[in-house]
Amino acid sequence: MKFRRKYLSIPYVLFLVCFVVIPVLFIVYYAFTNKGGQLSIDNLIRFFSDKTNVDVLLISFAYAIINTFICLLIGYPLAMVLANRKYNKSSVLVMLFIMPMWINFIIRTSATRDVLNWIGISTGAHSELTTIIGLVYNYLPFVVLPLYTTMLKMDRSQIEASLDLGANPFHTFFKTIIPMTMPGIVSAATMVFMPTLSSYVISDILSEYNVVLFGSYIDLYFNQADWNFGSFMALIMLLLIGLSVFITRKFSKDDRGGRSIW
Amino acid sequence: MVRWERFKKILAKTYIYLVLLLMYAPILVLVVYSFTDSDQLGIWNGFSFKLYVDLFKNESLMDAFGNTLLIAVVSGIVSTILGTLGAIGVFYSEKRFRQPVETMTQLPVVNAEIVMALSLAILFKVLNTRYSFLTLLVGHLVLTVAFVYLNVKPKLMQMDPFIYEAALDLGASPRYALFKVVLPEILPGIFSGFLISLTLSLDDFVITQYLKEPSFETVSTYIQKIVAKHPIPPEVRALSTILFAIVLVFVLAITFYNNNKAIKLLKARRGRR
Repeated sequence: MKFRRKYLSIPYVLFLVCFVVIPVLFIVYYAFTNKGGQLSIDNLIRFFSDKTNVDVLLISFAYAIINTFICLLIGYPLAMVLANRKYNKSSVLVMLFIMPMWINFIIRTSATRDVLNWIGISTGAHSELTTIIGLVYNYLPFVVLPLYTTMLKMDRSQIEASLDLGANPFHTFFKTIIPMTMPGIVSAATMVFMPTLSSYVISDILSEYNVVLFGSYIDLYFNQADWNFGSFMALIMLLLIGLSVFITRKFSKDDRGGRSIW
Repeated sequence: MVRWERFKKILAKTYIYLVLLLMYAPILVLVVYSFTDSDQLGIWNGFSFKLYVDLFKNESLMDAFGNTLLIAVVSGIVSTILGTLGAIGVFYSEKRFRQPVETMTQLPVVNAEIVMALSLAILFKVLNTRYSFLTLLVGHLVLTVAFVYLNVKPKLMQMDPFIYEAALDLGASPRYALFKVVLPEILPGIFSGFLISLTLSLDDFVITQYLKEPSFETVSTYIQKIVAKHPIPPEVRALSTILFAIVLVFVLAITFYNNNKAIKLLKARRGRR
């Protein structure tokens, strides 16, 4: 066989097919079969007929929305200040905000819990609050990065133009700066929203298992070896992720994915 | 007006440093209390290195640390080779082949870790595979390989498409041309792909938890098992301090290195004008 450069991709493609595509197809198959292996929609009926299941999903949505909102609320002005040369010229400072990503998140999360307990905010008594604090701590760096990069690219003369033409700073912010940084806001939100929904270690550690997010719920059923029902919930997760990817693509055309920050 | 500007500047700086302080507070508390021998956070028993000595005497924690490095390095190397070859191969393929591979590559990037872990657990159940280092390796490769691909691909696109042809015309064999001409061009992408794959693997919990053999513990799984019921063990404070220091040095080094490169690039631009 003559050497061709395209043959180099064979191992990569085979790997993806065997360990990414086929396993996902297995999830779909298990979601629509029962324990005996027959095709059925039992899992679907079971999921939507029990209020607990739907509640867990809704509560997870609530946590994801609150977390995304707080992260943006803290991260947006932060990125604005960091990207403004009047206030900050140091890229080291920017890196310091992103650096927690590289510190083991189990250590970070349990450190947050221990410190909260130490200063009197008990994870047992204030589970909702401590869970949200833990989530914000974990996801803030992921918000700062995309916001910061869009703000660096932002056309500052448009802001000056807006002010020169008589808009007050308040109007300028909402009518000029926010629309210009919309791609950054959308990609920051997706970096937080879906991962919050599927996370489980953070809420487990910070709420002493009082707050159950959708990720923990899936984990629960798989630990009980209820593969079919667990698969059905994993499928719901997959569909939600697909939906969020679709929405993100519509909003930001220049998003090229990946976590390349080098 | 000038006073207003100064006030804004002070406000901005205060905000940055306040958030930074809050963000690092938990880890800094661990760092401070790693230098005392009390079992409980918040109780200072005087300065001591005892926890550091305890850390190196704690065999299971040291094993976990070694395992974490082992799986990160092995999966990092394999994933870099697999992803780089994949990117090169796909780059030179026809469009109708390229499109589906690009889509497949996006799947592990956007997918939730728990879904990937579950899907692989089902696969191994169907295949009746016993959990071993190999199943864990597969999990970590799924986690990282797409990021290598995505870091190499832009370098291939930036490359002058004719240098490979030129090398062939000048008598190089395809393999020689790939190694001596294409590889050096895309090396920065390969390197950043490797680094990203290392960091993803070092930090991983979910996939590791699902796909490891029961006796194999990494730092994440080992600590998670303890903190599920207890506070952070004292010697882990010492470990956290060491890890924090390593990450800090590494991040600062990369920033300075990149900054220099950025400045050099800017200068080159100006020169060309």
